[in-house]
Amino acid sequence: MNTYKTDVAVIGSGAAGLAAAIEVKKAGLEVLLLERGIELGGILMQCIHNGFGIKEFDKELTGPEYAQLFIDQVNQLQIPYKLDTMVIEIAFDNKLYAVNKNEGLIEIIPKAIILAMGCRERTRGAINVPGFRPAGIFTAGQVQRFVNIEGYLPGKTIVILGSGDIGMIMARRLTWEGCKVKAVVEIQPYVSGLLRNEVQCLEDYNIPLITSYTVTKIHGKDRLKGVTIEAVTKDYDRIIGTERFIECDALLLSVGLIPENELTRDAGAEISSMGGPVINNNLETTLEGVFACGNVLQVHDLVDLVTAEAKRAGKNAVDYINTRYKKKLKTIQSICLFPGNNVNYVKPDNISLSENIHDIIINLRVKNPDRRVQINIKDDTNRIIYKKKKSYVIPSEMIELNIKINEIDLNPNCNGLIIEVIPLLEPLIE
Amino acid sequence: MKECEDTGIIKTIRCIVCPTGCLIEVREDIEGKNTFQGYTCKRGLEYAQQEFFEPKRIMTTTIKIDNAIHPLLPVRSNKPLLKEKLNEAFQIIANTTIKAPVKMGDILIKNITNEDVNIIASRDMEKK
Repeated sequence: MNTYKTDVAVIGSGAAGLAAAIEVKKAGLEVLLLERGIELGGILMQCIHNGFGIKEFDKELTGPEYAQLFIDQVNQLQIPYKLDTMVIEIAFDNKLYAVNKNEGLIEIIPKAIILAMGCRERTRGAINVPGFRPAGIFTAGQVQRFVNIEGYLPGKTIVILGSGDIGMIMARRLTWEGCKVKAVVEIQPYVSGLLRNEVQCLEDYNIPLITSYTVTKIHGKDRLKGVTIEAVTKDYDRIIGTERFIECDALLLSVGLIPENELTRDAGAEISSMGGPVINNNLETTLEGVFACGNVLQVHDLVDLVTAEAKRAGKNAVDYINTRYKKKLKTIQSICLFPGNNVNYVKPDNISLSENIHDIIINLRVKNPDRRVQINIKDDTNRIIYKKKKSYVIPSEMIELNIKINEIDLNPNCNGLIIEVIPLLEPLIE
Repeated sequence: MKECEDTGIIKTIRCIVCPTGCLIEVREDIEGKNTFQGYTCKRGLEYAQQEFFEPKRIMTTTIKIDNAIHPLLPVRSNKPLLKEKLNEAFQIIANTTIKAPVKMGDILIKNITNEDVNIIASRDMEKK
């Protein structure tokens, strides 16, 4: 069995893995990139539309262009990578086991690990649509791969369930390729993706967007013949008598993404309720020396934010090797962060304080859209130690708070902090 | 056209410059002069004017490629293309096949619809 020693092993070479590996190499440490696909770049390679890179490069790039800029750097810095290589276990002492066609089983012995495996799509099983199981039901990203990389169309007449960004982008893409997109059906009363995509992908091509509806029946035995859609209440209960049949031969599901954490879970890391590993403000999981970034940690709206997070993970892995790993120091006590009013989740899950920490980046998503709100961080005595006003909040937009430690009055002995999003004005009493 | 005379609004544009999504109304007076209302920033006005007078889009699609690791290569227009010319451009691209290897930014189709817009490669692609 071949054994490789390195400073940092990065699992996954998508947007997160590429940026993390480059950061480590630039700091002068050795890094090894492990990729299960046949080329570097991850999901960016099939996201051929533009709109990437506005924050990172101040221009609008396509997904492959965005990836190419990082792949070029990987080559310039001569960062070693292994393609077609699947990591199968994170073992004791952060040893990795992986397999590939040429070498069989290999062992990698790193000082630190960066998890950058990304996420995968929720499938029909995850949303429980009853009916037969005919051909013609796909996830949106799967179709994106078929159409943009492999050159196959999923069908001729299409219904898309879910108005996430990939769903809307695929509606336009399939229209361009000559398919008829009959409708985009959304269970919530509002679009779940970006406004830009609603306007440029659906309105531009007169594709009907049907909100507060969902697919309740699949028709067809061998091949999909159509779907029944039905209106739902605010609590997603079906409204009797609203059934409508839509004929179609392909149904695309764009119903959410799940961080891909089988490796992480098997290694014994604690996983939070949203599917990503529990982390501290260094992006370190509950396994010492194992860091996480990108969509394996939390599903991001913009790749630029993935890149920024991955750079932090790379830098923190380097810091870890240069300090704690060498001196065998233990992590210091930490303060837990909890989601409060109208907060769906908050990352990091806890904050470890030490002298060299000056600012903390906190990400959160709200449960419900709202206008004119205040974001509060409260300590365990209910004292507000940080507040920020925002004119609007929506679940599809991740909120980032960059908090300077010396600007907040944080009691290091407090047990926990609560983050809440509260309306600035009292709602009208009906 | 009666309705138009009553309200004066001939088009409503949803601004996509930021997530606020202002509704911008375009009115036309008797002399055919257009006014824009409902925008809340300068970029919003610029967007609405462009969108009303000459809507353009960056085009992103794929092109057939021979002898490469994939059957298709992602491509884009180097500049926004008139929206009304998109279909014509798609037809030209659908009838073109290129050969590997290519480098990102290589011009594959020059001046595609006579608007000084080129179709360029979105990534490198090696020979198989």
